Parts: sequence; structure tokens; C-alpha cells
Amino acid sequence: MSRVSVPCHVKSTVALQVGDMRTSQGRPGVLVIDVTFPSVGPFELQEIVFKNYYTAFLSIRVRQHTSMYTPAKWVTCLRDYCLMPDPHSEEGAQEYVSLFKHQGLGRQHLGSLLVRRLLGSELGPRWVLVCVCQMLCDMARVLELRLILRQPSPLWLSFTVEELQIYQQGPKSPSMTFPKWLSHPVPCEQPVPLLEGLPDPSRVSSEVQQMWALTEMIRASHTSTRIGRFDVDGCYDLNLLSYT
Amino acid sequence: MLQEESDLSLVIAQIVQKLKGSHLYAQLERQAWGSWEKRILKSLNSMCTELSIPLARKRPVGEQKELLNKWNEMGTDEPDLSLFRPVYAPKDFLEVLINLRNPNYENGDSLSFRTHLGLIQVPLKVKDIPELKEFFVELGLTTGQLGIDDSTQVPPELFENEHVRIGQKVLAEQDSAAAQQYVRQGSPTALRAELWALILNISSQPEDILYYEQLKTNVIQHDLLVDSLIYKDVKLTASNDDYYFVFEDYLYQVLLCFSRDTSVLGHFAYNSASPPKSYIRGKLGLEEYAVFYPPNGVIPFHGFSMYVAPLCFLYHEPSKLYQIFREMYVRFFFRLHSISSHPSGIVSLCLLFETLLQTYLPQLFYHLREIGAQPLRISFKWMVRAFSGYLATDQLLLLWDRILGYNSLEILAVLAAAVFAFRAVNLMEVTSLAAAEAVLADLSTLKVMPLLQIFLFATVT
Repeated sequence: MSRVSVPCHVKSTVALQVGDMRTSQGRPGVLVIDVTFPSVGPFELQEIVFKNYYTAFLSIRVRQHTSMYTPAKWVTCLRDYCLMPDPHSEEGAQEYVSLFKHQGLGRQHLGSLLVRRLLGSELGPRWVLVCVCQMLCDMARVLELRLILRQPSPLWLSFTVEELQIYQQGPKSPSMTFPKWLSHPVPCEQPVPLLEGLPDPSRVSSEVQQMWALTEMIRASHTSTRIGRFDVDGCYDLNLLSYT
Repeated sequence: MLQEESDLSLVIAQIVQKLKGSHLYAQLERQAWGSWEKRILKSLNSMCTELSIPLARKRPVGEQKELLNKWNEMGTDEPDLSLFRPVYAPKDFLEVLINLRNPNYENGDSLSFRTHLGLIQVPLKVKDIPELKEFFVELGLTTGQLGIDDSTQVPPELFENEHVRIGQKVLAEQDSAAAQQYVRQGSPTALRAELWALILNISSQPEDILYYEQLKTNVIQHDLLVDSLIYKDVKLTASNDDYYFVFEDYLYQVLLCFSRDTSVLGHFAYNSASPPKSYIRGKLGLEEYAVFYPPNGVIPFHGFSMYVAPLCFLYHEPSKLYQIFREMYVRFFFRLHSISSHPSGIVSLCLLFETLLQTYLPQLFYHLREIGAQPLRISFKWMVRAFSGYLATDQLLLLWDRILGYNSLEILAVLAAAVFAFRAVNLMEVTSLAAAEAVLADLSTLKVMPLLQIFLFATVT
């Protein structure tokens, strides 16, 4: 399941506050971030990825293109999604979050989502907290996004979301599908009686699918350490430790 | 179908859980840890240059033969270690933790509902007593415990016999999850070694013994500066301890091999620290000649050998002892000397300890703070060493049973608070940090399970 990044323009955050912002004492607890897609027409949104920075609750509203004659309207797709279970403490405060549109995905896919790495971060591969959540609306024909961030705790100086990236469904890449013979045995080769003691072939094929997913995952995470050997060609004469 | 799916999900959930909270937050916190790591490297480098000893060198053949001959009695060696000093001690590490600050956190002068009166100023989520009661439900007053219900006054038919019978059954079934659940109520002495091996998934296969022998060969072939640090640490700590001095030779055999074990590098995937790097002599800057130093990436600090010493009571075969220690290190002990926001990390344990004391013994906390004896300054060394060397060994092993059973180090913070609660009356009368330290200097007579039970389940809040 591939995805394609959609170029977006993230507007600066707008704080919502009651009264005069210059004279009031407290810090705003609600921020709004508008995201527009100037170079792309209405598209089907598949995934929203961002790095949280002390936002406690997130709501997302979407402006969808309906038809030529009715004006586009705003629909709430996520309401008060909790990013920080305790707004006063650090838990969840700086997590990478991926919001994936639930589209009748099976449990198997949930497994592979959880281990997918977020590439392209300057800190290198990062583990992503994936939230496969029920978006309340259909994410087709998206024109604009509005993220409403809430942080009720007075302990934090600021809060926002960073590194916002939007993805739409990419074309199905053939390399990601299983070889045909693995999932669809040729009908004429089906064994007629199931031999005693042998497992059911369809069960085995699904187990192999899961093993395949795991090996892909392991292969994707490179380890640069050589197993067992710590020396270089038998030599371990060292001078000083390096600070970099 | 569903079983495999849920197994896979379980494995992945465990991986996510392990990685969650293992990152360091915020630029400044990362900088604090980075500058601490740099300090350690500088200290090691300056020791190298001052003493004109290389970080690592290949032993000449004669020296190799000699070491091989006295492998089982390295303790009889009395090298001159006076010029070596430990790279750091727990109290240095405490200073780093005290200075951890979150730049996004309101650290104003005015008191607010979340002002931290203790030393740790990082707002991590820690459990309170109701949550701890739920988490440690098997330690409750109505559940039998080894450490309480096996005392001489209690007839063994009431609890002990049945508990031992269940333990033997668990071992017969070789059920690791059941063993983990079982040791929450303590492990009988006779079964403990096997139960811990079962929980940690250690089975002495021939390849494990071969691996250990390979590490031994590495020790014979290469001499590391870190070896001298290990020698010094063992001589200063374990050799001076009444309970552990007999195991001195075992400690060398385990720790010297541990330093050469590159498989330990794997734990840096979920540890926010990073292993120190060096280059082969003459090849500075060339990545193909970059190596980790020591090979396992862990620089021992003062008291490190105390992680191994209690295990010597359980395992007498060096390769098994080694495997058990290595597994316990990469699962638990590394969290005690590296910074992370994990609930079992040392920062969370310190905060849990201070919060428990502040909430449930406010008068004591306030009094100690007023006399300049912040409680964490006294209890930190207990927690960093997982109480090894402070408690009597049978009590320590009962404590470590629960660490394995609950897969969490939080019990260390709870025990530290329970000790303060136990000696509260004496502590209220002291007027200086030194006097407070004196009251809490000797923990060898304490019985941990009654203390924990009373603190969690029998204290009027």
C-alpha cells in the first residue's frame, strides 16, 4: 500500500482567545492551523502524519468539494482526539502520530502499519505511533484542512504540531504484492484428499504472508554491527575515544 | 487464524511498548545527556593520556598464556590500580538528572499546583498509590507472599507448601508466562534459578556455551582499559562486601566477557544513549576503521559489578551466569543509568519516589527539605544499584523476583519510599543531611515484603 505525499501549504497558527489578547494574562488554549493545497485539486486523503508538540487534543475539520453548484462545506472528521492522556505530564507530548483513514482494513494490515517507519525525518528512521482511527466522514475530494489544537493545561509555554505531511492513495505498486503462486494455488494442482496431519494450505499461506511481513520489517531495519566481531581484521589497537 | 493475528499483534505491541518512551525529549534535554556522555568520554581519554595506557591493545602471547592459566582465580591478582579512578559515580549522574529541564515547561518562581518540591523537575507521568495498588495487586494483604507467609511462625501448610508445588508444576510445564506470574508472589529458593532462567528465556544450548568461550578468547587476546576499571570496581565494592567477596573470581569472568559482547549493542535501539566510538590507531576519521569502545558500548561506573554479584548465588556455571546477567542488563539494569522517559527509567523512578514521599509523608518530606536533606540524595544510590549491596541477599532476591514478575523497576521507588516511611520517626528528629544519612545507612536488617505491603496496602492515607 503505497502513498503519495501531497504538497500542502500550512498557514501560521491562529490563537483563539476570548477578549483582548494583548491585555489578558493567560496563554491561549486553542490554536487553529489551516492547511491548503494550492497546486492540487480535490483529492482523496489517506493519511495525515505529524509530530506532536504538547498538544493535548486534536480536532480536524475538512472542507470538501461537493458539486459544481453547491458551495464546499466544512465537515468534522475527527473530534477531540486525545494525544496526551494526561495534559499535565509529558506522555504523548512529542510523539510522531499517523492518522490513517479506516477503510475496512483487516487486522493483518494493522500489524504492518504499526511497524512502518517514518522516512525522511532528519533524525533518521523514527517509530511512529499509529492511530488508525475512525474518521467521521468520507475523506474524498478534500479541498482544505483545519486542525484545531487544544491544550487545557497552563503548565506548557506553547504547543503546536510540527512536520505536518498529508498523503493520498498512491498507485498500487506491483512489487508489493505477493507472488501469485503463494496466495493463489493453481486449481488443477489442488490435492484431492487432505492428508492426515498436514495443515490446511490456506492457513499455511496466510501464516507465510505474516512471516513475509515480518522478514520485510527486519530486512528494512539495517544493522551496521557485525555479528560477534568487534575488531577490524584482528586489530583492535585504539588510541582515544572520538567525541563526534 | 485469529490466534496468529493476535500473536503477531502482541509481539508488535510489545515492540512498540519497549520503544515508546525511550526517546529523549527536547533539544535541551538531549543536550544535557550529550554533554554528560562527552564528560564520560573526556574522563576516559584523559585517564588514557595521563597514565599512558592505550584504550585497547593486543596481548603478547606470553601474557595470553598467563591469563589463560589463572582464568579461574583472577582475584588473586593484585595489580596496581591506585592511579585508576571510576569514570563516574551515581552521585555525578544524579547532578545531571537534577539539571534536566524542559524548555516548554512553566518553571516560574510562583508556586503552582504542580510545583515540584523535589529535585527532579521533569513532569513525567508516574503512578500514584491507587494505581500502584492495582499494578501490584498480587502483593496485597490477602495474597500469600514469600518473604512474609513463609516465616517460621506460619505453618507451611497454609501457603508455602502449595506455593512450592505450583512452582514445580510451572517448571515442569516450562511455561514462561506462568513463571512470570508465579514469581510475583516470590520464588522458593530451590526453584529460583530455574524460574528466572525460564522467565528470561535462557536455556543453555551448546551454541551459548560456545559463544561464551568465544568471548573468553576475546578477553585473552585483547587487553582493554575498561578491564582495569572493572577490576577496580570489583575490588572497591563486591570484594569489600561480606556477602559477595567469595564470588570475586566469577565477577571478573562475567564482566570482562560482558565488555566484549557486541550483541549488547542491540539494546541501544531502545536506549537513548549511544555507544562510544573510536578509530583504529592511525586510521582516524576512516569509517571502515570505526569501532565501538568498549565492544559492548557500556562504560562501567562505580558500583556496576553489584548488578552481577547477587546472581552468583543462583548460578555457578559461568556461561549460564553470564547469559542471565546479560539478559537482565539489557532488559532492566541499563534503564538505571541512562536518561529516558520510560516508566522504569531512572528519571521516572526518582520522580515516583519523590511524589510518593511528598504525597503520603508530607511532614517528613518538608522537614527533610528544610534541613537540606533532599530525600532523593539518599535514596538515589539505592535505586541505581537496584538495592544490591544494601539489602541482605535473601531480601534482595525476593525484591528482584518482583522486578522480573512485574517486568518493571517501579518497585524500587516504592521500596525506597517504604524505607523512609519505616524510619520516619527517627528521620523527623535529625537536623542535618549527614544525620539523615546515618539513620538510613544500614538497610541490612530490613524485610522488604512487609515494608512494601504496609506502605502500599496498609497505610492510612
